[in-house]
Amino acid sequence: MRIQYWLNGKMESDEILPGQMLYELLRKKGCYSVKCGCETTACGLCTVWLEEKPVLSCAVLAARIDRKHVMTLEGLQDEAQEFARYMGQEGSDQCGFCNPGFVMNVLAMARELDNPGEEEIKEYLAGNLCRCTGYISHMRALKRYLTEKGKGMRL
Amino acid sequence: MREINRVVMKKDALQLMTGKPAYTEDLAPEGCLIVKALRSPHARAIVRHVDTKAALTVPGIECILTAEDVPKTRFTIAGQTYPELSPYDRLILDRQIRYVGDPVALVAGRDAACVDKAMRMIKVEYDIQEPLLDFRQAVDNPIVVHPEDDWNPRVPVGGDNRRNIIAQAEEDWGDVDTAFQKSDVVIDRIYHTKQVQQSMMETFRAYTYLDEFGRLVIVSSTQVPFHVRRIVATALEIPKSKIRVVKPRIGGGFGAKQTVVMECYPALITMRTGKRAYMAYTREEAMTVSSPRHEADVHVRLGASRDGIIQVISVESLWNGGAYGDHSPTTVTLSGHKSIPLYNRFSAFRFRYTAVYTNTIAAGAYRGYGATQGIFALESAVNELADRLHMDPGALRLQNIVQQGERMPAYFNETALSCNLGECLKRVQAMIGWEHVYPRHVLPDGKIRAAGLALAMQGSSISNVDVASATIKVNDDGFYTLSIGATDMGTGCDTILAQIAAECLNCSVDEIVTRGVDTDTSPYDSGSYASSTTYLTGMAVVKTCRSLIQKIKEKAALMLDCDDPSNLEFTGDAVTDPVSGRRVTRQDLGNAAMITNDIALEATETHYSPTSPPPYMAAAAVVDVDLETGHIDLVDYAAVVDCGTVINPALARVQTEGGLVQGIGMTLMENVQFDSLGRIQNNSFMQYRIPSRMDIGKIRVEFAPSYEPNGPFGAKSIGEIVINTPAPAIAEAVYQATGIRFTELPITAEKVYLGLKDKK
Repeated sequence: MRIQYWLNGKMESDEILPGQMLYELLRKKGCYSVKCGCETTACGLCTVWLEEKPVLSCAVLAARIDRKHVMTLEGLQDEAQEFARYMGQEGSDQCGFCNPGFVMNVLAMARELDNPGEEEIKEYLAGNLCRCTGYISHMRALKRYLTEKGKGMRL
Repeated sequence: MREINRVVMKKDALQLMTGKPAYTEDLAPEGCLIVKALRSPHARAIVRHVDTKAALTVPGIECILTAEDVPKTRFTIAGQTYPELSPYDRLILDRQIRYVGDPVALVAGRDAACVDKAMRMIKVEYDIQEPLLDFRQAVDNPIVVHPEDDWNPRVPVGGDNRRNIIAQAEEDWGDVDTAFQKSDVVIDRIYHTKQVQQSMMETFRAYTYLDEFGRLVIVSSTQVPFHVRRIVATALEIPKSKIRVVKPRIGGGFGAKQTVVMECYPALITMRTGKRAYMAYTREEAMTVSSPRHEADVHVRLGASRDGIIQVISVESLWNGGAYGDHSPTTVTLSGHKSIPLYNRFSAFRFRYTAVYTNTIAAGAYRGYGATQGIFALESAVNELADRLHMDPGALRLQNIVQQGERMPAYFNETALSCNLGECLKRVQAMIGWEHVYPRHVLPDGKIRAAGLALAMQGSSISNVDVASATIKVNDDGFYTLSIGATDMGTGCDTILAQIAAECLNCSVDEIVTRGVDTDTSPYDSGSYASSTTYLTGMAVVKTCRSLIQKIKEKAALMLDCDDPSNLEFTGDAVTDPVSGRRVTRQDLGNAAMITNDIALEATETHYSPTSPPPYMAAAAVVDVDLETGHIDLVDYAAVVDCGTVINPALARVQTEGGLVQGIGMTLMENVQFDSLGRIQNNSFMQYRIPSRMDIGKIRVEFAPSYEPNGPFGAKSIGEIVINTPAPAIAEAVYQATGIRFTELPITAEKVYLGLKDKK
């Protein structure tokens, strides 16, 4: 079947298989930021935005994006770069494999929540697993990022 | 000290964080054959017949290999230095099935869909045999896991395949029996830990192709590129000169990728078809046919005098190697060698161990490498001793721990040249507010708050074995390239080693380009494991810089008309002649080396260490336990680490936090359960829960550095030690809250609830 959709702001048209997952389509389209870590919708690595809402691309049929907007980290490079500096300063990038999915969710959170508290942040990002960092440094980076970005954070 | 003990952002941070293609799968070219393994559902069986006729007719299928089609030389996939201590007990495909998941056939085709279809059409006839699943019954069991005549222990480590023994040894120092008789108190317990999974986010994967010279190229997510070259050459029976291994970015390893888990499969497909091949393990494969931590029973006996001096320590470890012996002979030794030497007042110690074969998943290397199991056992026993003697566990430890300058009979008679363990202990008790939380009090909501303590050690590289090298060259305009054979797996060694080079060469980190591993061009390095990279490769970098500075001075002497290069001064930016006052900049030197030149501005040095200096740490855990439900909340965890000089405080801190959380997962959540047929039940992140950010309370880390004279700028290791304290510290806190000693991990709410019910 043929679908039409916007990928990172550009109109695309592709022939897909009915059972094809969005994750596979995005990798085929060269969106290498999108990673797979579990195959059971448990790790958050494949997070992308569908109509500006974060979704797990391994659990969304490609057919579902017909006439919709999909955003991956490839389309958010400037914002990603900005947050990445805070993470990098904390050394919390580590192996980097879980980061793109995590950053997609962080950027969605920064749009959605105003002045979030620590528990709210943890809940929003709960689905993004990381095996290297133990998460503590993520929170240090997030606090500085949100505060300096003027989004504020309830401490 | 401009670059040492300074936060420097990882050189690859921005690229990785913004999702640039950098990992094996991102780099694999279009058109690779997809390789998958058809696996046995039985724990023990003989493959009678594999019928591939129908499968071969599936459009797109290129190649199906079975046991008949593979080389017959046994090998080990443990990535260790030659001559390997792990027995050569594997074939790429074997007719004898030894655990659920052992591969029966390799299938390669155009895409995943056709390979999946073909795998469903392969008919395998098994002669199913009764498996040996209980490692406590393994020695001299009538079921022999490795009955083959060509079982090949390369180095004698006490193994005997007819008895299911991979390795066995014993070591006594002093009069152990008399010391126990003289002890006023004896603690005697067996501690059981399970086959926990490293669970790095990127599973095992590699792609392979033949290059323009007809050589086999393996691009692999590995911690040990040089060992991959040797192991694949042995397994495929091809010369090592025909193989090149390249390491791109690695999505985590934690020891899992110190085993060459799957590289042989796509490599063999490429050799047979001449085509590019790609194989990636699913998460289920990474959970069931990989190389987890060894399950262990560690039997600790501690003898002490009434005043709390530990007189004698006995550690006896029984190790479940599973179906193959990868890393068994070595991990098991750490259960004693890297636990007992925490203490040093005793007059005797005993360390005995046996590693056995069973028909379960073969274990391997996981951060901590056997020390983790040993330290859980020994530190739990020390906590129990303190309790028995009504002593504070911190005070008891302070009068028993090893002190700087002491010789350690339980650690190959090495001397602790750098040890700040006492300070770690005192600081961690202050950080956690020990007198307020230990042993326990009742909270307003009825929960019990309680605290526990533990110490840990590890080593820094394998003494007299591991080899590390570095090559540094000066380029146009004087920038440097640093080539290493050590593998950055997210740990940041590409940056840390550049910091060390920048310190030596008196330049900025940005002026050093680090190039990771390509076995054709990188200088030899054992690989990134055994807590060796900063300590050992770091020292190789220091030595290389010294040699390079000599070469730079030699070249400068020619340019400055100076007779004796040793009179010159290298300042980083330039070389100056104090006599004539003339100078030549590094930029000019770099460019001059590219015209009419016969001095290579390049140096390579290699390093090994006759000692393995232990890093030390102390940690304290505070838990809230709900006695109604058994639920454990880890509310506070404090750790103080002596890793010698801290090269990069941000990276050292995150290593520590990450290791602690892995240890917390092992202690409270991560469980591997087998059914009666030997199948692993916890085969995804749904059933095998690793900590999420919701599971983690407060974690605080501080450093109490000593100065290690054999390490670069005083540094020791940090990567592994940090996983070792959570199990004993949390187990003790839970004991203080509930009165129940948990000697088996994980300690789940269910176990606490049932334990409390039994107690009533």
